Amino acid sequence: MKTAFFAFVIVASVSAQTPAPQPNAVPAGNAEAGKKLFVSYGCYQCHGYEAQGSSATGPRLGPRAIAFAAFSRYVRQPTGQMPPYTAKVVSDADLTNIYAFVSSRLAPAANIPLLK
Amino acid sequence: MVDVIKTLNFEFIASNPGSSFRGIHESIINYGNNTKPEFITCCHEESAVAMAHGYFKAEGRPMAVLCHGTVGMQHAAMAIYNAYCDRVPVYILAGNSLDATLRRPGVEWAHSVQDAAAMVRDFIKWDDLPVSLPHFAESAMRAYKIAMTPPMMPVLVVIDGGLQEDPISHEVSSRLRIPRLTVATPPQGDSGAVAEAARLLVNAQNPVLVADRAARTPAGITHLIALAEALQAPVVSQGGRMNFPSRHPLNQTSNARPLIADADVILGLELTDFWGTVGTVRDGLTRTSRSLVKPGTKLISITALDLAAKGNFQDFQRYPEVDVAMAADAEATLPALVEACKRATTSDRRTAFDARGTRLAQAHASALERARAEAAYAWDASPISTARMTMELWAQIKSEDWALVAESGIMSDWTSRLWSFEKHYQSLGGSGGAGVGYGAPAAVGAALANKKHGRLSVTIQGDGDFLYAPGVWWTAAHHRIPLLAIMHNNRAYHQEVMHVQRMASRHNRGITRAHIGTTIDDPNVDFAKIAQGLGVHAQGPITNPNELGPAIKRAIEVVKRGEPSLIDVVTQPR
Repeated sequence: MKTAFFAFVIVASVSAQTPAPQPNAVPAGNAEAGKKLFVSYGCYQCHGYEAQGSSATGPRLGPRAIAFAAFSRYVRQPTGQMPPYTAKVVSDADLTNIYAFVSSRLAPAANIPLLK
Repeated sequence: MVDVIKTLNFEFIASNPGSSFRGIHESIINYGNNTKPEFITCCHEESAVAMAHGYFKAEGRPMAVLCHGTVGMQHAAMAIYNAYCDRVPVYILAGNSLDATLRRPGVEWAHSVQDAAAMVRDFIKWDDLPVSLPHFAESAMRAYKIAMTPPMMPVLVVIDGGLQEDPISHEVSSRLRIPRLTVATPPQGDSGAVAEAARLLVNAQNPVLVADRAARTPAGITHLIALAEALQAPVVSQGGRMNFPSRHPLNQTSNARPLIADADVILGLELTDFWGTVGTVRDGLTRTSRSLVKPGTKLISITALDLAAKGNFQDFQRYPEVDVAMAADAEATLPALVEACKRATTSDRRTAFDARGTRLAQAHASALERARAEAAYAWDASPISTARMTMELWAQIKSEDWALVAESGIMSDWTSRLWSFEKHYQSLGGSGGAGVGYGAPAAVGAALANKKHGRLSVTIQGDGDFLYAPGVWWTAAHHRIPLLAIMHNNRAYHQEVMHVQRMASRHNRGITRAHIGTTIDDPNVDFAKIAQGLGVHAQGPITNPNELGPAIKRAIEVVKRGEPSLIDVVTQPR
């Protein structure tokens, strides 16, 4: 018998609540390639297909992503419940593309009636 | 036997039919006229027990279950364990054939056992094997009384085929009587401990009230509101029961972590895991644990679990080092604690409480606004966001007398963060033992209880959970049990995807194969078609979020006609 409920609570240090990065800190990446990697590397499992995040698993990552340096550092050496992803598993180039994808997410529409 | 069972006033008895209890089965439907209890036909014993589990939490009284003492008990075991962990009484009667010289050759031997209760004894509260009808009458009453005394748990009475089927002798007949049932009053906390708890709470700068399975009845909610308002203290509900209104300004469930970190006194009400409330384990390359509270934080525990402990199954969690431990029922203790707090409150403390209440009300409003803002992300995505699904459903039910009877699959807490829960039956908590397969049958059982009250029963149904024993949807259709099921179909045993991914990361082996053995695709399951085949009105799979609202409206029309209806929604993972 399987047990299913074990919530991974990721600390908020990579939360999109953090101030926006400096423009010169953003590396060039391919958002379309990043979108595919976001799925194939399983990022979506905790953060959702649109990087929207989940209170149960992992924070929202975009559209206002944290600075790439902090993003990369956290992926390599997370301090919360997130497992570490080494450069062997996720290359620096792939990480750059993933970052481009999460940074390119659209801000939600304002005034959604069902959320009033 | 039926006369005794009728005395216990069960509305229903759920069962997958079996020859070891054919005698009492026939007596219930003919001698008993199939009323109180009415026979509920189930397709799996796990469904029967889980239905009884959900029924109790909606109705406040137990449902009976009949099963084979051998094969049925083994099927039922997981659901019994869930009910045990969730402190829910399920009244189980199990058939057996003790006299080996009277057994039919073949199957009846395979369906007989020396000690039928042995396989579940570790996770039931009490069992018996009566050897006469007068013995059965006493055991039946005793079982009910024990099951209903906190901490409540399942009980089992094994009934031999001979007792069910043999003629009643004159001697036995002369001894037949139905004993009087008096259910025990729940144990209240020691008066000295209550006074000490009140002193700590009143003098605390940052008290936090944490409730898990605290409110057994509607009165439990009222008492907890009274305590929170007397202290103007934040309440964190861990969701085991409907403990506290979600829109009450003192409900600070969304702010639990910082409040607990800043607390100087924490009151735990029927917490299964007090250690896990104030501590955490990091599941990293090595497992490390740390405290979440400041040194010196006083911990007060009120739980009936301190009155009943077993050792084999480890659901009791890590040992909590508390300062005041009341071995008592929280709901029964709260009125005395409220009064003790009021007596101990000075005007200075009252002023401080009022200021705290104002701050907490602002924090509550901010948390709601934050949840609404977060829900807007991925609003138009496909697969459909769980926030969108939650709010499309809320829009259609919020004006009804609704009840969220189960929520299988983890969904970012959107319901508790965004819906307004007020009544005791609107949230029933989880499975208890985290054994998948609880959601569907528990929802059907709770919906059965809600039917006579005219409540609109709603369940958020996980795809993995659905597939354990989908025959329960036939039971819902057959017995005309109105229930709206909206599926959180993320096409995976998603928690396990993440576990495998975690291991792959830990072993530095790459993470692109975590779907193997964990996903439910290729082919995608057509849940609507399965449900339709079981006689349930069903729609989907729905992948366009704009189609969701109209589908829910159509489903509610069906449910209001007294039938179950299912909508398969393809969703984001969480």
